[in-house]
Amino acid sequence: MRNGLFTVLALIFLTVAVTEASARSIIKIDGSSTVYPVTEAVAEEFQAETKGKIRVTIGVSGTGGGFKKFCTGETDISNASRPIKPSEVTRCKEGKVEYIELPISYDGLAVVVNPANDWAAHMTTGELKKLWEPAAQGTVKKWSQVRDGWPDKEIHLFAPGVDSGTFDYFTEAIVGKSGASRGDYTASEDDNVLVQGISTDKYALGFFGVAYYEYNKDKLKIVPIDDGNDANGKGPVPASYDNVLRGTYQPLSRPLFIYVSKKSSEKPEVKQFIEFYIENAAFLSKDVGYVSLPEEAYGLISKRFEKGVTGSLFGGKGSQVGVKIDELLKKGL
Amino acid sequence: MANKTNINVLWDKIFKVSGLIVTLLGLVVLAVLLIDIFSEGFSRLSWDFITHYPSRHPERAGILSSLVGTIWVMAITAALAIPIGVMAAIYLEEYAKKSWLTNLIEINIANLAGVPSVIYGLLGLGVFVNFLALERSIIAGGATLALLALPIIIMSTREALRAVPPSIREASLALGASRWQTVSTMVLPAAIPGILTGVILSLSRAIGETAPLIVVGALTYIPFLPESPITGEFPFISLAGLKDPFSVLPIQIFNWVSRPQHGFIVNAAAAIIVLLTITFMMNAVAVWLRHKYQKKIRW
Repeated sequence: MRNGLFTVLALIFLTVAVTEASARSIIKIDGSSTVYPVTEAVAEEFQAETKGKIRVTIGVSGTGGGFKKFCTGETDISNASRPIKPSEVTRCKEGKVEYIELPISYDGLAVVVNPANDWAAHMTTGELKKLWEPAAQGTVKKWSQVRDGWPDKEIHLFAPGVDSGTFDYFTEAIVGKSGASRGDYTASEDDNVLVQGISTDKYALGFFGVAYYEYNKDKLKIVPIDDGNDANGKGPVPASYDNVLRGTYQPLSRPLFIYVSKKSSEKPEVKQFIEFYIENAAFLSKDVGYVSLPEEAYGLISKRFEKGVTGSLFGGKGSQVGVKIDELLKKGL
Repeated sequence: MANKTNINVLWDKIFKVSGLIVTLLGLVVLAVLLIDIFSEGFSRLSWDFITHYPSRHPERAGILSSLVGTIWVMAITAALAIPIGVMAAIYLEEYAKKSWLTNLIEINIANLAGVPSVIYGLLGLGVFVNFLALERSIIAGGATLALLALPIIIMSTREALRAVPPSIREASLALGASRWQTVSTMVLPAAIPGILTGVILSLSRAIGETAPLIVVGALTYIPFLPESPITGEFPFISLAGLKDPFSVLPIQIFNWVSRPQHGFIVNAAAAIIVLLTITFMMNAVAVWLRHKYQKKIRW
């Protein structure tokens, strides 16, 4: 009796060992929650196209968390809502992970107010800076302090939390230093909470990805932004898919990326997935509420991947403002 | 004198009324939550919703992989936490002599029950994922949640054992039964209703956890299921699925809640209904078992 039990147990463990050895190949992706919807869409279509022979998994641990796993070689692809930072470049070097940086779509950051707000018809980047810079904390408290003639009422600010790439990019673009911001605002990692907050408060102002504005147009009012540079369109420009694509919504348009490990890219299934990704990125990013890159950019991205160009177009320095992806790509090939 | 009695009667009434209000408050909040969730998500519930993988189209998306992931992880958590927790509690309560060491252990278990769950995630990442090289798998996730559930199981089991009258033990020992005989035939059956309550409470807490599992590496998009534990070939059981990557319902819900399209919010509500149903079913089983064992106790 005891012998029989032992045999069964031994057999079970043997099966475990055997099946483990023949595990199927999986493409592992992790990173930014902003890029997630695009990659999810691509993975879904890819899965349908290959009839599930190649498995793709996606985790959401943020751009920074994604790079942590990527730089130890744990994942094949990393979703990133900003270019790689110096500290992450070092980490990847230590982990001996070379990477190919591929921009895949655009996102615009919309500045929005409550529909009942009838005074903020547009804002300049200077006014946004005055409102959001660290020095504003505790001093710039009223609308009238942002522009003369605006109501003498307290202003209520809503924005994404400090861990998000969106926050990083906004502060870089408006204040001039990534992460530099006042701290006395309502923060949430869930943009729907921000939408909710702004839509119920007449004196609110906030910012988030343009997709959240597009799907909640009836509850929010967009504030066109004037960056004072007529090359990007004269006067104030509202965040919209068209303006982001044309490059006139500056400085609050940003590219989104995937980073592919050079070593993984040599695996046929990863190569196939990336080629599929580039081919369908334009259509699928629109489908999930983002803005595609200009058409010619995808040709250049495809070339960049084929050649296996490693390193970052941004010199490994993190977020940069007002870049034109196609021009960068031409230089970087 | 009469005046004082009146005041006491008044206080009695005030407490009664305020107690009732406070009790109703909890129920009203729960009812509002349930009505809100059901009105939003009930229409989305369908067989398709349960048997589909995640998708970018809210109306095509389903919870299959996260639901199966939740069931796997909870099975592992229960299989690890219940025997270990109950045995540890029996030892501490019935065998261990009072000493500074058992005191220290007791204090630590009580403290562990209050540790934020994300800390357990970091522990699981260090011990199971990295040190034991279990990777970011179901078994690592289940083991992490088992750690989370253990202190509550141990404490409630001890509470249940303590509630068994000492006279039962003394009678059993006096009749010549060994300590183990006493525990296994007299004390444990009497304590089972209490133990079950603790077990269900701890598992209900574990099933809703997101933070520790994200740290351990649960995924958001996973379009396939873990290897089935039942196979067509001898020996018909395979544990290979334990090493597979996974997702769980709370992570899927969290992801959907933060998407811009309203369709995903509806999906999240529907997934919450599924999660609530699982929790209620677990509770129902516990109530049934408790009832069954309570009837058996005849002193």
